[in-house]
Amino acid sequence: MKASPEGVLTGVHFMDGDHAACEGAIAAGCRFVAGYPITPSTEVVERFSVRIPTVGGMFIQMEDEIASSIAIQGAAWGGAKVMTVTSGPGLSLMMEHIGLAVMAEVPCVIVDVQRGGPSTGLPTLPAQADMMQVKWGSHGDYQIIALSPNSPQECFDLMIRAFNLSETWRCPVFMMMDEVVGHMVERVEIPPADQIEIVPRRWTTKKPSEYRAFEPGPDMVPDMAKAGDGYKLHITGLTHDERGYPAMNVPAQNRLVRRLSDKILKNRDKIVDVREDGCEDADIIVVSYGITSRVAGAAVEMARGLGLKVGSARMVVCWPFPDVEIARLSRKAKAIVVPELNLGQMVGEVERAACGDARVYLVDHAGGSVHEPERILETILQAARDAGLGFKTEAERS
Amino acid sequence: MSRSEIRVGGLGGQGVILCGTIIGKAASIYDHKHSGMIQSFGPEARGSSCSAQVILSDEVIGYPYVRNLDVLVAMSNDACHKFLPELKKDGVLLYEEELVSFPEGTRPAKAWGIPATRFAEELGRKLVLNIVMVGFFAGVTGLVSRQAAEAAVRDSVPAGTEGLNLKAFARGYEYGRELVGGAA
Repeated sequence: MKASPEGVLTGVHFMDGDHAACEGAIAAGCRFVAGYPITPSTEVVERFSVRIPTVGGMFIQMEDEIASSIAIQGAAWGGAKVMTVTSGPGLSLMMEHIGLAVMAEVPCVIVDVQRGGPSTGLPTLPAQADMMQVKWGSHGDYQIIALSPNSPQECFDLMIRAFNLSETWRCPVFMMMDEVVGHMVERVEIPPADQIEIVPRRWTTKKPSEYRAFEPGPDMVPDMAKAGDGYKLHITGLTHDERGYPAMNVPAQNRLVRRLSDKILKNRDKIVDVREDGCEDADIIVVSYGITSRVAGAAVEMARGLGLKVGSARMVVCWPFPDVEIARLSRKAKAIVVPELNLGQMVGEVERAACGDARVYLVDHAGGSVHEPERILETILQAARDAGLGFKTEAERS
Repeated sequence: MSRSEIRVGGLGGQGVILCGTIIGKAASIYDHKHSGMIQSFGPEARGSSCSAQVILSDEVIGYPYVRNLDVLVAMSNDACHKFLPELKKDGVLLYEEELVSFPEGTRPAKAWGIPATRFAEELGRKLVLNIVMVGFFAGVTGLVSRQAAEAAVRDSVPAGTEGLNLKAFARGYEYGRELVGGAA
């Protein structure tokens, strides 16, 4: 279905990523946000709190992030499309309830505008160091979806996709922004509402007497019923059967936990998004995501200028990890270079997928700024030397 | 690729960020180039020196920060001397001449001053000094067109103040054109 025109700020704007993310959420149909403002994500909820009363929704500033992450789940079962917004320290507090959202299959979007950590770290400066936390931070086995925008425009565009994915697959979807993407101001084009495709809530068409709250459809995802509409709903974090009642035994655990993972992993082709540029005949491929992909683009251009065949692959979706795509690229290339604003997180996944077919090089960064393109170039050149590839020196080039 | 790097510096409250925003908006929305603006964010943005970094480019901007500063717009003495070291050798300095001073022999070669605060006061409101500086920037550097900058001013200022702000822009623009010897 198309977005409701109410609240869609159609037009060309010059706005930062935080504001664009807020507009994306409103356009996607988000009508409930509970949050505890934290730098550098504050502008998202600040704007939402001003904008949402004009389109008939609600913002609650909660007492903390633990409360925020559960209030949105109540609102989701009440029928709303929901979101919470935070940064590292707040994300740490949300871990318990992220597990509940996975277990109870609550469609929700969690925005993490990443800053330097651990702990309170660097409140006003960027990092990409929560990439593993969103995947593994809550206990137990599970899968989530995480998107990584690299511009204010993508903060808008991917926010719509985030909501659509959360409604389709009924799981927490993370918007992994960072301080730079969140605070940099650029051109943002918001299309007319009738050009924005929206996935509605999967409401059941069954009668209350036939409805079983956790009975999966052919895509492994159950349909929802709104609390208060006469359906029997039992929602629990305990291992449950298809009625939603606790069933704490080995077969029920095997059936449920496996399905929660499989509904993401076996549908991964409908979720992953890797943008490749010049990878067809590349000897070296730079794999990146988020703000780092923009800096990497500058380094790739420099390396091409020196006569190297360098491709670039950007993971717009980081979780589920695009292992099939990375494996394919690593069979063709001699080396893969992974720059990220942490001391090595997604690079481990790249190594796992590459499986020794291409040598993998990390360009790390402790956070607080973005890479200088020259640092990424240096590693590309090192990879070229190790692979015995010839290239021009800067002097020969000029 | 043509890339221009600009830093606007001044005191919190002078409208430094809005000045940078208008330059960026003029380029990206009305001149159809790429531009990105990053404001200093943190304790320094609240009261003392603050600044905005603006990148203008013909292509998608990769590295988002200033690396090789082409133009420094300085609205205070502190900001001027704090950021002057990053200005490239033949870079352009635009400064509020009644607020900025240089120790003997330290004024850069390509430096253009304007009494922007006084002009703003003459127009009736000291507040519009940042818009005088936007005009001065457009007039001296030509990095954004007059038409684009005026459109960006118009939709960035509070409703009802467009006339005053456009006058402030024109004052800065024409003063700048005269200084560099172009027709206003």
